[in-house]
Amino acid sequence: MRRLGYLYLALAYGFIFLPVVVLVVFSLQDGRLPVPPFQGFSLRWYGKILSDRGLMTALGNSAAVAGVSSGVALVLGFLAAHGLARVRLPGSVLMRGVLIAPMTVSYLIIGLGLLTLFNQMGVKPSLWATGIGHVVINLPLCFAICFAAMGDHQKSAERAARDLGASEMRVLWHVSAPMLAPALGAAFFLSVTFSWDEFIIAFLLTRFDVTLPVEIWSMLRSGLSPATNAIGSLVFLASALVVIALEALFRRSK
Amino acid sequence: MTASVTIDRVTQTYGGAVALHEVSLDIAAGEFVVLLGPSGCGKTTLLNLIGGFAQPASGRILIGGRDMAGVAPAARPTTTVFQDYALFPHMTLAENVGFGLRMRGMGRAQRREKAAQMLALVGLPGREDRRPHELSGGQRQRVALARALAVSPDVLLLDEPLGALDLKLRRQMQDELKAIQRQVGTTFVHVTHDQEEAMALADRIVVMSEGRVSDLGPPREVYLRPKSLFSAAFMGEINQIPVVAGQSAIGAYPGTGTLLIRPEAIGTSGALALGQATIMDAAFFGTHVRVHARIADLTLTLHLPQDADPQPGAVMMLYASAHSFLESR
Repeated sequence: MRRLGYLYLALAYGFIFLPVVVLVVFSLQDGRLPVPPFQGFSLRWYGKILSDRGLMTALGNSAAVAGVSSGVALVLGFLAAHGLARVRLPGSVLMRGVLIAPMTVSYLIIGLGLLTLFNQMGVKPSLWATGIGHVVINLPLCFAICFAAMGDHQKSAERAARDLGASEMRVLWHVSAPMLAPALGAAFFLSVTFSWDEFIIAFLLTRFDVTLPVEIWSMLRSGLSPATNAIGSLVFLASALVVIALEALFRRSK
Repeated sequence: MTASVTIDRVTQTYGGAVALHEVSLDIAAGEFVVLLGPSGCGKTTLLNLIGGFAQPASGRILIGGRDMAGVAPAARPTTTVFQDYALFPHMTLAENVGFGLRMRGMGRAQRREKAAQMLALVGLPGREDRRPHELSGGQRQRVALARALAVSPDVLLLDEPLGALDLKLRRQMQDELKAIQRQVGTTFVHVTHDQEEAMALADRIVVMSEGRVSDLGPPREVYLRPKSLFSAAFMGEINQIPVVAGQSAIGAYPGTGTLLIRPEAIGTSGALALGQATIMDAAFFGTHVRVHARIADLTLTLHLPQDADPQPGAVMMLYASAHSFLESR
């Protein structure tokens, strides 16, 4: 019975990770095609992509868009969550619902909507436009995470801070934000990974400067190559590092 | 460093329910006043109004003669010690205690020095670099006290600060709180539902009931000569003997109202003769013997000295050494 359990576990892990393993293994292929048979071990594809100017620029773009858009989404989400958790307003339940609603809309629809809107406003497709799109998708996430973390514990500490002479800004900066640091970290890093992986909005809203997923897509159009596997492996590695960092952050706060 | 507080006909309502009803109260500078009453009597509401966490529906609050209408908590010369301590968990004790000074623009080195002084004052010397989670409940409350006192408020508000502590620690903290108040000279307004705590601390007790001041005065006066039946019963066990037109269960007594006698004032000698009583039961309580006795159909509770050993069924003559009379209106 127990052996059966382990078999099931192995199958489940295999199902989840086999694509990634295949990706990584054939990124090391010493041949022209990332398909079996495995012809020998080589790092030359990594060398190739790391010396590819366009690819490295796209990587930098992705990192910048992910960092800035996540930062903006986090600040806006935190302020909204703080306000709605602390002040009772008529219709605050509705406001909360409207803030979270974009989560249920597909990225394609959000991308199309932004494209149409930006066209109307005369905003050219760019990394900035993509960044705005990523704020749109990550703001609800940041809001939901921050809102869930707001408790009475912070509320009474904020009250004490106000009583001791702190202005609202200083209450947020010195008390609310540091007390919510684990939640803020989680929201930020999740946003970063979502933005980092996001393709469709970036595809619709960029033109000359593109993010990494868009660059990979254009590489794929010219056929399979171990080089795309190599860049995919690097992206996976970066995401994994962020998740590990997140985990470490939570461990420490417990 | 210290200021008077004047509550002038303050009314407060919460969604139609009246929490305070035209309460007026004068607190002198440097006085230790305890607001005493059961939950829902309005004592915490009054404290919140003084601290500026709520605005009164009508009436005025003056601190040091200055009208506090529309003044935010941060701008008032008051600080509060909260029941749940409300310490900042991400800061060291020195940072916690120095927080108010930091908000007032004091430099780091000076803050740290002042924080060390305040921590020493509350009996936690040398703990500047600890964090709140390393402390026990009593120690956390001391830090909260040091933090509130560090900014030298004119008035310190204490919202059931000892409520979460166990009995022994609470008694010890009461003594220290009283000593600290004498040392700093700040006006203390302290809220509690524990009448023993109120008597241990207060220069004056304000007994509150249903949004009104039911009684006020020094502990001795409130305990021995209560001005209301509510206050009489809330301050401790008391025998209430109705008197109608000069007649009562214990014989003639002038007036119409209620005769009030504390259990410990009843004994085998005294100025007021109560009559022949039949002992119903007795129990040893350590400091005294608690006895129930009947005179006609009146049941009295009395505390006899430790060495008394009354037997149920025995008949003895009882006297009251102290009593008060509350005329009915």
